[in-house]
Amino acid sequence: MTLELVDVSMDYGLRGREKRALDGVNITVSPREFLCVVGASGSGKSTLLSLVAGLTTPTSGVITIDGRPITGPGPDRGLVFQTGSLYPWRTVERNVAFGLELLDLDAAERRRRVDWYLAETGLADVRRSLPRQLSGGQQQRAAIARALVCEPDVLLLDEPFGALDVQTKEDMQLLIRQIWRDTGTTVLMVTHDVEEAVFLGTRVVVLASDPGRVAADLRIPLAEDRTLATKRSPAFLELRASVEDLVRAQHRSGVAR
Amino acid sequence: MKAALAERSADVRATWPPLPRRTRSRRTALTIRTPLSRRAATALTVGSLAVPFACWVVLSATGAVPATFLPAPGAVLSAGWEMARSGELAVDAWTTTRRVLEGFGLAVLVSVPLGILMGTFHAGQAAFEPVIGLLRYLPASAFIPLLIIWLGLGEPSKIAILFIGTVFFNTLMTADVVRGVPRALIDVSYTLGARRGEVLRKVVVPHALPGIIDAVRVNAAAAWNFVVVAELVNSTAGLGYRIVRAQRFLQTDKIFAVLVVIGVIGVTIDVALRLVRARVGRWAA
Ligand SMILES: Nc1ncnc2c1ncn2[C@@H]1O[C@H](COP(=O)(O)OP(=O)(O)O)[C@@H](O)[C@H]1O
Ligand SMILES: [Mg+2]
Repeated sequence: MTLELVDVSMDYGLRGREKRALDGVNITVSPREFLCVVGASGSGKSTLLSLVAGLTTPTSGVITIDGRPITGPGPDRGLVFQTGSLYPWRTVERNVAFGLELLDLDAAERRRRVDWYLAETGLADVRRSLPRQLSGGQQQRAAIARALVCEPDVLLLDEPFGALDVQTKEDMQLLIRQIWRDTGTTVLMVTHDVEEAVFLGTRVVVLASDPGRVAADLRIPLAEDRTLATKRSPAFLELRASVEDLVRAQHRSGVAR
Repeated sequence: MKAALAERSADVRATWPPLPRRTRSRRTALTIRTPLSRRAATALTVGSLAVPFACWVVLSATGAVPATFLPAPGAVLSAGWEMARSGELAVDAWTTTRRVLEGFGLAVLVSVPLGILMGTFHAGQAAFEPVIGLLRYLPASAFIPLLIIWLGLGEPSKIAILFIGTVFFNTLMTADVVRGVPRALIDVSYTLGARRGEVLRKVVVPHALPGIIDAVRVNAAAAWNFVVVAELVNSTAGLGYRIVRAQRFLQTDKIFAVLVVIGVIGVTIDVALRLVRARVGRWAA
């Protein structure tokens, strides 16, 4: 699976005035990659994911998966928002089962798959709970499980841990790394948190603001096996500092204008 | 430079008089949104019913108000008992209830799908919202003479009044509820592979259902008002008709008894719908 954005631009029409959210973005996501896109708030991160998900159409440019242009949303590109996208009337297991209920699967097969992802995300004990009974971290895990059970080519994450407290966030970062390695799925994640991007990504793309465009694209040469200790290693700290500088430079140039 | 600034502003602040203090209001039963003790709440509820009732008893017992204006509670009770025993009360109550079921039922059957359409598709909103927004301001009771000309004096004109009186409000309220379904929920469903019809059936409708039942409950009360108005004008049975009959013979006690029955049936419907709402909307609690 290769995801390719070629010269993608996006304008929003705001009461007659056009607002350019993305300008000539070129990104290629290779199979099995964990690509993190960092940028300040308003740099077009959500717009980027919405385009890849097929929920909106770019003003110009093309987005392809294995050469086929994206024409609309589909289960081959699972999407997870920051908060509140679980079905509040469905229990955790029925939330996770949603995508499979739309397919021609017998109940046992569906159950087997749902069980696997509930276990993988550590939700087996709360499978019969309603979303409002879960903690923020559990809700995000359920949203991730719900997307993954459809076995997407690429998992799209829109600041998935942005609303969580620091400890829960670290747990979730370790979990998503684990899931990524266990399932072999490709991940495209956007975040404003540089540390998170460097810790999780095999590659980091820095987005400049106003209009959103690619300012830097760098490989993260850290070991596959990352733990919380990784965050204290000199290599990590150096990488983090250099990405922070890039983001800060982009932010300054935005403010100066 | 920064230090100098801090120093200077500290100097200035030293010359300021202390800010005046406000006395704080004590916690009472009227503190905004503070829970009331169970006993106090019960006392207030019981009082709100008992006080008017006591006034009624006193006013009629002392003869301060003549019985043709305000019959004694006992007289109302016996008038009600009399009507119940002769069987006319049951016939009237059922006739009225059936009209509500038919007229309002029809209105629900039309307004809920229409409201869902309007709340889901901009095209539906553009096509129906202006017309319905206008029509709802035309008072249904003003249609009574017209409907009698169009449909005659029988059942159809009464059903039509109920329908007209409730369908527009219920449509607009349903549309509002449906528009409240979060965008993210709809978007995420598409990315899970749902098609348009499935999003409507499995996401929009379940999310909106509790709100739709709320709308139905509010408009059921309106329907119950309209049916009595419709029966006041021309009918041969029904609770409204019974009131008009009683008025002709100055049987105020009978009128009161019928009003009580109307109230009781109305509250029963309300409670039933509340229970359904609580069950369907458990997830939202
Ligand atoms: N639906 C929309 N209509 C108009 N402008 C929008 C819309 N969505 C986003 N924008 C604008 O596009 C820019 C990028 O937004 P977004 O993609 O949400 O950024 P981010 O997710 O990085 O915070 C912002 O300036 C925002 O105001
Ligand atoms: Mg965003």
